[in-house]
Amino acid sequence: MNIVVLVKQVPDTWSERKLSDADHTLDRESADAVLDEINERAVEEALLLKEAHGGEVTVIAMGPDRATDAIRKALSMGADKAVHVNDAALHGSDVFGTAKVLAKAIGTVEGFDLVIAGNEATDGRMGAVPAILAEYLGLPQVTQLRKLTVEGTTVKGERETEEGVAHLEATLPAVVSVTEKINEPRYPSFKGIMAAKKKPVTTLTVADLGVDAGEVGLGGAWSGVIEASPKPPRTAGQRIDDEGVGGSKIAEYLVGQKLI
Amino acid sequence: MSEVLVLVDHVDGDVKKVTYELLSAARRLGEPSAVVVAAPGTAAKVRESLGRYGAAKVYAVESDDAVNYLVTPKVDALATIAGTASPAAILISATIEGKEVAGRLAARLGSGLLVDVVDIDEDGTGTQSIFGGAFVVKSKVNTGTPIITVRPGGVEATEAEGAAAEESVEISVDTAKATKVTGREQIVGGDRPELTEASVVVSGGRGVGSAESFDVVEKLADSLGAAVGASRAAVDSGYYPHQFQVGQTGKTVSPQLYIALGISGAIQHRAGMQTSKTIIAVNKDNEAPIFEIADFGVVGDLFNVAPQLTEEVAKRKG
Repeated sequence: MNIVVLVKQVPDTWSERKLSDADHTLDRESADAVLDEINERAVEEALLLKEAHGGEVTVIAMGPDRATDAIRKALSMGADKAVHVNDAALHGSDVFGTAKVLAKAIGTVEGFDLVIAGNEATDGRMGAVPAILAEYLGLPQVTQLRKLTVEGTTVKGERETEEGVAHLEATLPAVVSVTEKINEPRYPSFKGIMAAKKKPVTTLTVADLGVDAGEVGLGGAWSGVIEASPKPPRTAGQRIDDEGVGGSKIAEYLVGQKLI
Repeated sequence: MSEVLVLVDHVDGDVKKVTYELLSAARRLGEPSAVVVAAPGTAAKVRESLGRYGAAKVYAVESDDAVNYLVTPKVDALATIAGTASPAAILISATIEGKEVAGRLAARLGSGLLVDVVDIDEDGTGTQSIFGGAFVVKSKVNTGTPIITVRPGGVEATEAEGAAAEESVEISVDTAKATKVTGREQIVGGDRPELTEASVVVSGGRGVGSAESFDVVEKLADSLGAAVGASRAAVDSGYYPHQFQVGQTGKTVSPQLYIALGISGAIQHRAGMQTSKTIIAVNKDNEAPIFEIADFGVVGDLFNVAPQLTEEVAKRKG
């Protein structure tokens, strides 16, 4: 089975860059670390399916030069090849521009059965790229999975949301997103790291994909930020040492605030 | 006045609080119309409560397919109604599923999308709190019908009378491109409110020390009618299930009152609770960063402080 894995460090980075005038480096670093983790789980799931059913795993990443780090990691884990969409015109793309380009890039992978992406629990601003991709590709959306199986041409999964668990079933090809709970990603072996250097990486531009540059980037965005300002930091309120009546003191405070 | 569509967030006909918040927000933009996508007979059951929060119309999109397929029936329903009603905006709750519905709908209609707003102005400007509440961003849709997802707890629900006139709408689900839901298991949270919906959240961290000791967190939560949350450290240590994790890789909560027990307050955690109205912290370490954002902090042992607070709350409730 032919599987496409989306390595999604990049849309997130772009969405944050839109606000870079007022950015804290620390926040960005902590967000990126988490995103890497979900990428690896998506790659791991693809590799597990390949091991069970045969086939090929293609990694697709969209982003500037530094997206190659994520691509190399995926290839060293065992993915077979990669497509890197790298174009300055993409800077500032909103979620729809991102999804349009990804949909086109996925279309370059012949005969794919499954598209796997990480979910975007860490990214409050979007949280729906896989669903939007399914919309553009006209494919079933099997998202937020903590468990995934493929039997013949049927994909089954356990979706976990605030409401609980839903058991899903759809026909391939389909778009899947996985959550943190899906698996424990493998570490790349030394052999894998060496082999990754020889694996093919195709670099494509927006024009290569036949997307009009006007549809992507900051200019193509369907919504815009009017203003961004750092919130006045929360200030520390009262602090007391517990001298045996700490619980009662909290209760008094809550009563004073009309909270109980 | 233009219609503003509100997708009713419900579980088997039990309307979630966020729906009333959406209807309240919708009144700022126009006349709210509630859209119920559910099993046959649901709209008739819920229309009265929707009317109490100002729904002038209730669109009933009812069929077995509407419930048995994932996400797309809701997108189909909203797209169909938007086609005839030309609404001023479409409001959806900023849950995992709500964001997926909103994303697909915006893609289909070619409309701009604002995600996870905590406030909406009359002109459709949405306020977002990002980077875990460190930044406030105001955004506006510039293309098509604004589609806005609103964070539960972000806007206050206020009552206003609405006619709640029922109108039924037919959709056909393209089953070949849809995902079938073959079974559902509700979260087993007992009688506690859902984490992102609760007006009070009591969370435990590494300081709780074990799964058994989480009892002390649960007892305080139950005395307050609160949801129970946990920090990533507590979840990673196996003290509490992952679905209750508050923070960057878990849920974002915005309750009236947040009580943090034995939580140091790493950025990871603060990102998920910083927009709470009032924050109380109990921690042994007087240098724990949680105290920097707490409105009231107690430096002490949570195993002494929390039970005492539980008792005081119980006393006041009589």
